[in-house]
Amino acid sequence: MAAESGKIDPMHQFEVTPLGGGFNLGGHDILFTNSALWMVIAAIALGLFMWGGMRRQLVPGRWQAAVEGFTGFISNMMMANIGSEGRKYTPYVFSLFMFILFCNLLGMLPLGVLGLHPFTVTSHIAITGVLALISFAIVLIVGFWRHGLHFFSLFVPHGTPLPMIPIIAPIEFVSFMVRPFSLGLRLFVAMTAGHVLLKVLSGFVINGFNAETLWLGSIVSVLSFILMIGISALELLVAGIQAYVFALLTSLYINDAVNLH
Amino acid sequence: MPQIAQLTADNWYLASQLFWLLVVFAGIYLVIGRGMLPKIEATVDARDRKVADDLAAAKAAHAAADGLEESYRQQSDASRVAAQKAVAEAKDKAAKDAEKRLAKVDAELGDKLAAAEADVAAARKSAMAEIESVAAEAAGDLVAKLSGVKIGAADAKAAVKAVLHG
Repeated sequence: MAAESGKIDPMHQFEVTPLGGGFNLGGHDILFTNSALWMVIAAIALGLFMWGGMRRQLVPGRWQAAVEGFTGFISNMMMANIGSEGRKYTPYVFSLFMFILFCNLLGMLPLGVLGLHPFTVTSHIAITGVLALISFAIVLIVGFWRHGLHFFSLFVPHGTPLPMIPIIAPIEFVSFMVRPFSLGLRLFVAMTAGHVLLKVLSGFVINGFNAETLWLGSIVSVLSFILMIGISALELLVAGIQAYVFALLTSLYINDAVNLH
Repeated sequence: MPQIAQLTADNWYLASQLFWLLVVFAGIYLVIGRGMLPKIEATVDARDRKVADDLAAAKAAHAAADGLEESYRQQSDASRVAAQKAVAEAKDKAAKDAEKRLAKVDAELGDKLAAAEADVAAARKSAMAEIESVAAEAAGDLVAKLSGVKIGAADAKAAVKAVLHG
């Protein structure tokens, strides 16, 4: 991807390339791609992380305390947003949160130094969109399962005056239907934008040192590099925050379905 | 933009992406979410419960210690009161005994005094009687020596008695 022809394509990092192992499933060729590879890496890393916290000691060691910090974070969030019934949904929200977090963070690894291409799974709308749709489907299934057609009263907030219902209900409906898109889009855009920004800045660094007027190009490169360090730190923060936001919104939407109002 | 491009109709990798996402996420959900998470939560819950239990036990032990101290104090108070009472009784009894003994001794001394006084009175009486008889004898002797008249002892005695008793 780098400066083979002096031109750096910041979108190259999002490209999916096949790594082999294809088979046919319902008329579609299923290939093992770099995207799938990084999902598997994230899953394995997550599994190792969790396995280290399974020692079940009364007084936790550092690793166990870290794992229990994550589980406690999500279970407290579910408890606070949904109540005691939230425990049922903790496994899903926890898996979602940890998967997104690990994908975000693994995509940030500076493996380009070693000549490898890290791939941020969550920078693909197909991935985040499917995760958002799964959350949305859970909301719909739980909502209709628990409340039946009464679930539609979600679109009429408490205390709405009767003449306002024809206006409020469509607005509420639209805002409800937009949820999976906003949920998936938010994560995808945050990841994509951050990685594009980092790649553009790294292009500045490389092109600056290759420039004809080297003193000017060097200044640009050094400034860009300093900026990159700051933005990398910011991106680490964003990686955590976006995973948190995804999990938080999912728990809030599930709360709508469980408790209605 | 490859992310958007994959959503267009015939794109080879959308199906692969979705397939692997579902496989991996289902694996994470089943193994980690359903398998590992409940165990970790159970560990945390057990710890929380143990801490709560231990705190409750400590509180109960504290209360028991307080009760024990209270009962000990009551006991010591009661025994102190009993001891004071016993001391007071003993003092009282000792005082009464002393009084009784004193009275007894007093009475004995009084009796002795009376007996002694009676003795003295008897002695005086007998002495008086003896003086009478001695005086009568002496008076009889004197009369006999002076006048040569022998008088009967009874007469002398009567005369002495008349002189002595006025």
